[in-house]
Amino acid sequence: MSLSQQTAVELAALLAAKEISAREILESCFARIAAVDGRVGAFLGYDAEDALAQADASDARRAKGETLGPLDGIPVALKDNISLRNQPLTCASKMLKGYVSPYDATVTRKLREQGAIVWGWLNMDEFAMGASTENSGRQITHNPWDLSRAPGGSSGGSAAAVAAGLTPLALGSDTGGSIRQPASHCGVVGMKPTYGRVSRYGVAAFASSLDQVGPIGHTVEDVALALQAIAGGDPHDGTALANSVPHYREEMQRKTGPWTIGVPEEFFAAGLDPDVKAQIENAIAFYQQQGCTIKKVSLPSTAQAVAVYYIISTAEASSNLARYDGIRYGHRSEKATDAIDIYALSRAEGFGDEVKRRIILGTYVLTSGYYDAYYVRAQKVRTLIRDDFMRAFGEVDFILAPVSPTTPFKLGERATDLLSVYLGDIYTIPVNLAGLPAISVPCGTAHDMPVGFQLIGKPLDEVTLFAAAQQFEQAHDFAARRPNL
Amino acid sequence: MSFEYEAVIGLEIHVQLKTRSKVFAPSSYLYGGDVDPKSVEPNTLIDPVVLALPGALPVLNKAALEQSVRFGLLVGATIPPVSNWDRKNYFYPDSPKNYQLSQKDFPITIGGEVEIELPGPSRNIMGEHKVIRLNHAHLEEDVGKLSHAGAGSLVDYNRAGAPLLEIVTEPDLRSSEEAVALLNAIRMLLVAAGIADCDMEKGQMRCDANVSIRQHGETVLNTRTEMKNLNSISGVKNAIEYEFKRQIREVEAGKTIRQETRGWNAETGRTYSLRSKEDAHDYRYFPDPDLMPVQVSEADQARLAATLPERPYLRQRRYMEEFALPYTITSVLVPDRLLCEYFEAAVAAHPANPQGVANLIVNDLLRELTAAKKSGAEENSFAEENAAEEVAAVSLADCPLKAEELAGLVKLTDEGVISKQQAKDVFVEMFQTGKSAAAIVDAKGLRQSSDSGEIEKIIREVLALPSSEKPIAEFKSGNEKAINSLKGPVMKASKGKANPQVVDQVLRRLLGEL
Repeated sequence: MSLSQQTAVELAALLAAKEISAREILESCFARIAAVDGRVGAFLGYDAEDALAQADASDARRAKGETLGPLDGIPVALKDNISLRNQPLTCASKMLKGYVSPYDATVTRKLREQGAIVWGWLNMDEFAMGASTENSGRQITHNPWDLSRAPGGSSGGSAAAVAAGLTPLALGSDTGGSIRQPASHCGVVGMKPTYGRVSRYGVAAFASSLDQVGPIGHTVEDVALALQAIAGGDPHDGTALANSVPHYREEMQRKTGPWTIGVPEEFFAAGLDPDVKAQIENAIAFYQQQGCTIKKVSLPSTAQAVAVYYIISTAEASSNLARYDGIRYGHRSEKATDAIDIYALSRAEGFGDEVKRRIILGTYVLTSGYYDAYYVRAQKVRTLIRDDFMRAFGEVDFILAPVSPTTPFKLGERATDLLSVYLGDIYTIPVNLAGLPAISVPCGTAHDMPVGFQLIGKPLDEVTLFAAAQQFEQAHDFAARRPNL
Repeated sequence: MSFEYEAVIGLEIHVQLKTRSKVFAPSSYLYGGDVDPKSVEPNTLIDPVVLALPGALPVLNKAALEQSVRFGLLVGATIPPVSNWDRKNYFYPDSPKNYQLSQKDFPITIGGEVEIELPGPSRNIMGEHKVIRLNHAHLEEDVGKLSHAGAGSLVDYNRAGAPLLEIVTEPDLRSSEEAVALLNAIRMLLVAAGIADCDMEKGQMRCDANVSIRQHGETVLNTRTEMKNLNSISGVKNAIEYEFKRQIREVEAGKTIRQETRGWNAETGRTYSLRSKEDAHDYRYFPDPDLMPVQVSEADQARLAATLPERPYLRQRRYMEEFALPYTITSVLVPDRLLCEYFEAAVAAHPANPQGVANLIVNDLLRELTAAKKSGAEENSFAEENAAEEVAAVSLADCPLKAEELAGLVKLTDEGVISKQQAKDVFVEMFQTGKSAAAIVDAKGLRQSSDSGEIEKIIREVLALPSSEKPIAEFKSGNEKAINSLKGPVMKASKGKANPQVVDQVLRRLLGEL
């Protein structure tokens, strides 16, 4: 196994023992990309010189006996919607072709301050709208476990890059399941933190009240390490929570259960692939064997979650994406002759179909006369969805549920069946609407593809999710599996 | 027939708040100060938030919030415990996000009222006062500036994101004079409280006017038109007057007034239709998900209330009652908070003669300050033509004279140590040298003599002069004024030091004895 395919914790130990250098890790990543990413297509690109300079700086620190933290020297690649100073940022859209961000996102800055090597631009669905990464305006990403299948999305590049061993850690963003679902499809661990746990500053917005950045890695501990580095309040983001960040790796060791685990009946109804269901039930059985109490809970408003999501997220997106107008940066149509043309033609040429669809939908639901019927009602139902979860948390420590009703489909297979694609997010969307933390953990295979379950926690209780997820992980070998490429 | 109609007017007044940075972004926007914003390179007061770069997020500037709350407290508005931010969505190149952060349903201040003064029958007579109700005031962000050059257009985002307080009145105004009086009253309030400078020429205060007409005595509100971007006092006045007459013409011609937005062309002196109600924008307002609702606690309100000055018209009435100052003097003092504080400090040092103190400040001090400012600004030959504005531009910050020292001069005059005429000269010297009144009087030996023995000696010498025979005879024969022809030589003989009152007293006694 190359260095690039190892876990962050393993690499950190090797660095600490001075058996390897940060430069060697990074060069291993470059070599692995050269060897396999032509087939996977996870990276849109990277700046080798800039990344190597960071690695050399890390090695120089270590030579002096200094480190900035456990991630010092570990490469963390970024989804292409997270700003990296003086590097391109496209959100996998033609609209942002040629745009270079003049500033670091807060998560980027925090990772730098911990000595991590922040690098690369990972493919995604354009502006994070999609669940297969097929909506990228740049390239197709293939699932490393079966190159004919989609990696999931929208953080498909992030999940595929980790699964393929191109980078030990990656950041993604999760608006309706965009970290957890590709993590599940690619057999890696992905965490969507509590809304507000991680700053959104410098992360191109899709739906502001739902977006949350989170890590993807091979193990729960790797993901905990990465979340530790990026979590916390931020004077640049009024929605970032100032609550102190627990020491995840220490505190998760102290939590050993047994827990009372909620299983929502609505998440196991029709539509769930029986083979996927069997894997989730295995996981439930595991926790039962550990002495946990399994309790059926009801989340009755789940049925409305997809509809509510496609009103709120598109409304916010229609306004958030208005800034991509061809005036100050990004694509400007060469045919444009006046201001209206600059808007209309640049946006027509720059945005892909899915983005346009959602902008139109969001504009519609905010239109005078429809606003109350759609947006206002959706906000009310959103409250009911959150109430459902909070009621359940009165009885249980966390909730266990499937991430996706199916295993990843073949590339191109669902291109015209949009409704079924939208419904594929039914288990992940309610979590974003309620602002809760959730972690996706590999738990088996179905149809020869990875399957993950998710643990959904109380607000800011990421620690319990890490502890319970690790308990499962350590009793199984999924975290050690790598696809043959 | 137009005398039958009255105008019903409401204003929406946009005021740039005095803060160091923008309302949701860290960039400076060079409010006021010595730097002319026009001299700043375009697109230099910018940052990722101002430019709406991908990933940039707004964060509320606390100073802008506090200035808004202070305004609310100043006009007796209700400050709701929670207010909220909304996005107003529309595409325009001067708006970087293509939505404006504003407040639609939950503004920072609700209600309140502003006292206005209408022009009196003359400058020296106080005009009628009236109270105008406010609907609310909300905080929002300014946009950039577009300019059209040749075939293309240019946009400068230096102004984008500057804090704007939009003050919305009830339709309580009945004439263009009242509208102008309201703008002046609001400017006086905001300047006094240090909330804004409201210089319309610099775009720090802009105004939209909603105008409808009705028959006198009616209470209905008829269809109104809204006139946008009235950026000068004369623009507000003329546009309202034109629109009032236009609506009367329309109605009398049997037409109905359409609800529409109109522009004002200062060159033609006419308003013109911009868009009708049917073409009005749908701004697709919705609550901004990036900014948390704003909470203003009772404690915050109390803390901010303690920073507010006395309201100018209350202060004016107090000066007229407490110090018996004339209206003309108070109307110079009251608009300038620093001048009032200076006046009150001087009165505290010499409580016996507030009018004397006020006169010295309004006549002599302001004259010297203006002269000093003028000579300092001589190279900049674009001197304002309007004398009143020059006075307004004078700042007490440049005053070399402490209020207590000015009071000392009034006290010396009141005690008869120097004459009023001498006081004027002493004042000029005080202003120029910074020396105290007493020091100057002593150094120049200006102290008046009130020693009646010494004065009597001088008078006797003067009366003995041959040139005095004629005036003595005239006085004796009943010509009162002839005494002045005797006083002059007496004052001259005393080198101006004789106290005129003592001279008068002794001269009359001696003349009586002749």
